[in-house]
Amino acid sequence: MTIADSPAGSARLDSKVPSGPMSERWSKHKFDLKLVNPANRRKFDVIVVGTGLAGASAAATLAEMGYKVKAFCTHDSPRRAHSIAAQGGINAAKNYKGDGDSVHRLFYDTVKGGDYRSRESNVHRLAEVSVDIIDQCVAQGVPFAREYGGLLDNRSFGGAQVARTFYARGQTGQQLLLGAYGAMNRMIEAGRIEMHTRREMVDLVKVDGIARGIITRNLSNGEYERHSAHTVLLCTGGYGNVFYLSTNAKNSNVTAAWRAHKRGAFMANPCYTQIHPTCIPRSGDYQSKLTLMSESLRNDGRVWVPATKGDQRPAQDIPEAERDYYLERKYPSFGNLVPRDVASRNAKTVCDDGRGVGPTGEAVYLDFGDAIRRDGRAAIEARYGNLFEMYERITGDNPYEVPMRIYPAVHYTMGGLWVDYNLESTVPGLFVLGEANFSDHGANRLGASALMQGLADGYFVIPATIASHLAGRVLEDVNTEHDAFAEAEANARGRAEALMAVNGTRSVDSMHRELGNIVWNYCGMERTAEGLTEGIAKIRDLRAQFWEDVRVLGDPNTVNQDLEKAGRVADFMEFAEVMFHDGLTRDESCGGHFRAEHQTEEGEAKRDDEHFAHAAAWEFQGEGELPVEHREPLSFEEVKLTTRSYK
Amino acid sequence: MIQKTGHGDMKLTLEVWRQAAPGAPGKFETYEVDANEHMSFLEMLDVLNQQLVERGEEPVVFEHDCREGICGSCNLTIDGKPHGPRERTTVCQLHMREYRSGDRIRIEPWRANAFPIVKDLMVDRSAFDRIQQAGGYVSVNTGAAPDAHAIPVAKQNADMAFDAAQCIGCGACVAACPNASAMLFTSAKVSQFTLLPQGQPERERRVLAMVETMDEEGFGNCSNHYECEAACPKAISVTNIARMNREYARASLKRR
Ligand SMILES: Cc1cc2nc3c(=O)[nH]c(=O)nc-3n(C[C@H](O)[C@H](O)[C@H](O)COP(=O)(O)OP(=O)(O)OC[C@H]3O[C@@H](n4cnc5c(N)ncnc54)[C@H](O)[C@@H]3O)c2cc1C
Ligand code: FES
Repeated sequence: MTIADSPAGSARLDSKVPSGPMSERWSKHKFDLKLVNPANRRKFDVIVVGTGLAGASAAATLAEMGYKVKAFCTHDSPRRAHSIAAQGGINAAKNYKGDGDSVHRLFYDTVKGGDYRSRESNVHRLAEVSVDIIDQCVAQGVPFAREYGGLLDNRSFGGAQVARTFYARGQTGQQLLLGAYGAMNRMIEAGRIEMHTRREMVDLVKVDGIARGIITRNLSNGEYERHSAHTVLLCTGGYGNVFYLSTNAKNSNVTAAWRAHKRGAFMANPCYTQIHPTCIPRSGDYQSKLTLMSESLRNDGRVWVPATKGDQRPAQDIPEAERDYYLERKYPSFGNLVPRDVASRNAKTVCDDGRGVGPTGEAVYLDFGDAIRRDGRAAIEARYGNLFEMYERITGDNPYEVPMRIYPAVHYTMGGLWVDYNLESTVPGLFVLGEANFSDHGANRLGASALMQGLADGYFVIPATIASHLAGRVLEDVNTEHDAFAEAEANARGRAEALMAVNGTRSVDSMHRELGNIVWNYCGMERTAEGLTEGIAKIRDLRAQFWEDVRVLGDPNTVNQDLEKAGRVADFMEFAEVMFHDGLTRDESCGGHFRAEHQTEEGEAKRDDEHFAHAAAWEFQGEGELPVEHREPLSFEEVKLTTRSYK
Repeated sequence: MIQKTGHGDMKLTLEVWRQAAPGAPGKFETYEVDANEHMSFLEMLDVLNQQLVERGEEPVVFEHDCREGICGSCNLTIDGKPHGPRERTTVCQLHMREYRSGDRIRIEPWRANAFPIVKDLMVDRSAFDRIQQAGGYVSVNTGAAPDAHAIPVAKQNADMAFDAAQCIGCGACVAACPNASAMLFTSAKVSQFTLLPQGQPERERRVLAMVETMDEEGFGNCSNHYECEAACPKAISVTNIARMNREYARASLKRR
């Protein structure tokens, strides 16, 4: 399919994708971009919001280049960003294993894994710079796993038939983030990054239509602060906590992105969320979050349920012949390593069928018995020791002896603020990096690709593309006395005061949990037009109730965690509605967006390329108003649009 | 939906440190809370906060984020032990099955001069960041790196460096130490780079700068109690302290 027969594109969405052969586009683009002369860089202030992998790598690199960077995070230290929790690994097309990997193969796998809903040129660039990321991290002293010969080790992740995932035991995110944090620290020490911890961005400031600053609330004393700059980079992570229960850290939120959306940044594909197949099942109504068990476990663990409904025997009493290794049975060539969306949906299907295990019936087994018999307990412990320990801490069960019980849980959000090839949003001067943007994963992200994308954006893409704005536009001098700052500050204060003033009866958490239930039930692993429509009505009701009945106690001028949460939940309540509209409008199934109306006879997602080979980007129209949809047609020049098959 | 299981319910009495602001007087408040053995310790505190909000009282401030033992946010001293009774476990990974109905549990913040209390159970650990800023990195600009395989590292050294690099920066080592020393924390980073070829060029400068900053920030000396290792949720070994001491002596000699 070509652009010509795609749905009409919106003039407001210029992807700025370079022309020419795919494999030369990024080099050509870098060459064509204007440059900021090294001596002039120190004249530019750059605000970086968020210090996860995307933000920390961007802040460090831009400071090294000579820009004046101001970085912000909500945590007490930049090192605590949610990226720290990533477990399994990071992909790179190094082909160190000699198993036929290449930039093209990583590109191809990612486009296919995303169910043909991503922008090819971005994905190709991602695959190209993946190799540089590993070099950079090794040079920083990131202790990746090594083989006895002293060279780097690799493992396999879902959706790929080569081993291209680099890892540091089960703590890859931690080690990569600490590498980037170290790089930032070096620049903080050198006086080139001004670091502001415990600050929450509560509004974006635009002057003459260009992003020129932010308003932050100091979480230690409640003060509102104004910060001006020549450009703003949002690296604030994903919105998975709209589901309340997810594998995201508790403080992950959509606030920065949402408030930028209200200032004109379009929100793209918000209905694309990833439900990860291997998480520890819920145990009770008090549950506060869900814990991921890394996908890497599927390298050695075998997924199964009893072959017959209602089989209550303990796992070890069920003979081999009465077990259904359903992934191996249905997808013989990828087996337990099918992509996440496929694995999750299959787990739901067998549980809905009454074959789920454990006290709730919402779980399947992930069994290491064969692997331990084959490789020995020590080998398995070396590979997954910390994950097994984490499982044991939470469940009280020993996975070396009894199979793990797992169930899908919300994990990652492919949707996010729309950006062009330069990572610039629809607000000039506002760039969006990492999980906060929508750029590279289409409708489903492959494992070990988020770390790759966050670091690609921060270390390699933005340092080049930021010049498109800084050297390409005339930027007047602006300081924080400007009316736009006063207006934005008043707006942010007003919202917090309004929350405190409701003084109702219900805790913020209880309302967040209720919102999460609605989103999970109607916009989770399976969606229908009817359910989404019903869900929208429920969200509206709940939002009205929230503003009438929420109770936020305490002093807004000291640490007030309830007020912080209330602000974020209020934004989730608004955001959820766009997510549902997007899901309703996208009348097809693709990747993680499974519309029950659109499935093949075998129950796989059925795309409608004729009508939906586009990114949907939503424009804010006012609180409670329907957003307006804009479409960016997606063209597939290198990877043929076909039905994904993992059989 | 999940059914609430009746069994495993427990009643607890909590003594929780409440302090309105930095420098304000603080005291223990006593609360009764209904919990369940399947809850995590922090979920039990969520239940307490829910109860407080319903009663119109201000919820207890405590830090947490990942709730899976990796971000290093959570930091509670429980019955005198940083992160509570279980070895190699952060508070967020501690489960109520460790307790019995009727138990009395005392919860307080990290206590150390270098970690002033911000509010209730929250302390200011920014001194840790400043120690890292002094030298906890390899100075390499983005884009200047050679191919990753150009620097082979013996597996044994890579594994040892990794063991040291696992530190989550929670501060339990400081809270557990009678002198509130930050030696374990600082030595973990120094060790990681001492063990790797990438760390060699800045070897001396790093250890001198980090130790100096550690002292300036008001952390105490190490007098070999090894409470730090016992409290560390990642089991960072005190052999790192010995390694740092050697490195420091070596670097001081070279400087002279
Ligand atoms: C348990 C788990 C395991 C994972 N494992 C893997 C894996 O093995 N491989 C892989 O590739 N991916 C993995 N992922 C996904 C990956 O970790 C994330 O997508 C990625 O780390 C996101 O990085 P980020 O820099 O975009 O955002 P984050 O790391 O989420 O950082 C967001 C930053 O923004 C700040 N912030 C947010 N809002 C504001 C605000 N309003 N004001 C100021 N600051 C703000 C925060 O303080 C933080 O510093 C995993 C995810 C989870 C949940
Ligand atoms: S909350 Fe992250 S380590 Fe405990």
